[in-house]
Amino acid sequence: MTNETNITLTLNGEKVSAKAEPRMLASDFIRDVLFMSGTHVGCEHGVCGACTIRFNGKTARSCLLFAAQLDGANVETVESLGTAIDMHRIQKAFRKHHALQCGFCTPGFLMTVSEILETLPLSTDDEIRDALSGNLCRCTGYEHIVRAVRELVDERDGVPA
Amino acid sequence: MKPAAFEFCRPSTLEEALAALQHDDAKILAGGQSLVPMMNFRLVRPERLVDINNLSDLCDIRDEGDAIRIGALVRHAQAAASTELCGAFPIVTEAMAHVAHVAIRNRGTIGGSLAHADPSAEWPLLITLLDGEIEIAGSDGTRIVGAEEFFFAPLVTAIEETEILVSIKLQKPTAGTGMAFTEVAQRAGDFAVVAAAATVHTKNGLITRARLALGGVGDFPLRMKDVEEKLEGMPPDAIDEAIRGCADVLEPNDDMHASSHYRRSLVPTLASRVLKQAAIRAAGVT
Repeated sequence: MTNETNITLTLNGEKVSAKAEPRMLASDFIRDVLFMSGTHVGCEHGVCGACTIRFNGKTARSCLLFAAQLDGANVETVESLGTAIDMHRIQKAFRKHHALQCGFCTPGFLMTVSEILETLPLSTDDEIRDALSGNLCRCTGYEHIVRAVRELVDERDGVPA
Repeated sequence: MKPAAFEFCRPSTLEEALAALQHDDAKILAGGQSLVPMMNFRLVRPERLVDINNLSDLCDIRDEGDAIRIGALVRHAQAAASTELCGAFPIVTEAMAHVAHVAIRNRGTIGGSLAHADPSAEWPLLITLLDGEIEIAGSDGTRIVGAEEFFFAPLVTAIEETEILVSIKLQKPTAGTGMAFTEVAQRAGDFAVVAAAATVHTKNGLITRARLALGGVGDFPLRMKDVEEKLEGMPPDAIDEAIRGCADVLEPNDDMHASSHYRRSLVPTLASRVLKQAAIRAAGVT
């Protein structure tokens, strides 16, 4: 069964179309067909969070979506944030606080942080840790990631540094 | 770690979805947060996948006066944020905080959680506690199944292969009812080792009606009817006496997460906590 279907979606603000067979995961489709390799593939069963994207505005594991489900959707990947030259403030905060080491988990963290900054109060570090608990990092021990998010929350809430 | 090939259907009406299920080996795809990992592992390899995410009639939470109706496609995050639902059932907000993580709660659905019927999951426990009525559609129309007749075994429910769970109805509690939920898990967001939930209705300082349900200690969530009966007419001080020995009849599984003995030993602690918390809330003291 290799009957491919046409998938048209808005990816990081641009309309794109491509074909995929039904069993292709959204994570593989984004990386290998649409050539946006910022989204990382880790565990492929929804545990590690490395493949987190925003699907119609909300974070989702792209390894638990099929490419065909992206048809008609608005999808944002880590490439929607910033570039190496013109970084997004979330990326700047991660760099400043050394919130990454190998960088494998980072795209997933960045996408999660982009959502929780919009949706959650994050008034305590415990709350930040809880909101980040669906993303695994094996390098940092999380401390620096929490510091980066704390700075972003304070900046959002107008708390003086 | 890639699913086996399947035929993909994306119906836009319930009738089309039911027609698509007339097949030897079809599975329904809702939020996909349990099914897709199983497909990626090839523990499940359906020949046809029926994606019901376009059935917009199944996406709402409706206040029906004396009851709340929750569409099967309501996501965990949507349920936790619903003023209609959580106004009547504050326990939903409390329980949803234990369901996995933000991104999973954005996708996972109440219908999917009930149909998947993991013995440790939060929705099956809540629906068992609250005597939910589950509406199931088939080609001959819809039927209603009570929570106590819905779960047969781990991952096995009353839903036939050609049917679709469409909604869940919860009768609103009477004034003076308190509710509480708690669970023990190895890490935040993991499946519960044991979960407990209670509702307590009090009048003049006495318990008129108590309900206690436990997850993770059997094939599906269990109501502890003996405890419930013992508490009728008693003051909240009698809670510890009423739950004494209630875990003795349980035979929880041993698995990699916890021993049967440990699970059983958690029961009185968690039962006591939720019943007392529910009684305090029933009395209007938060």
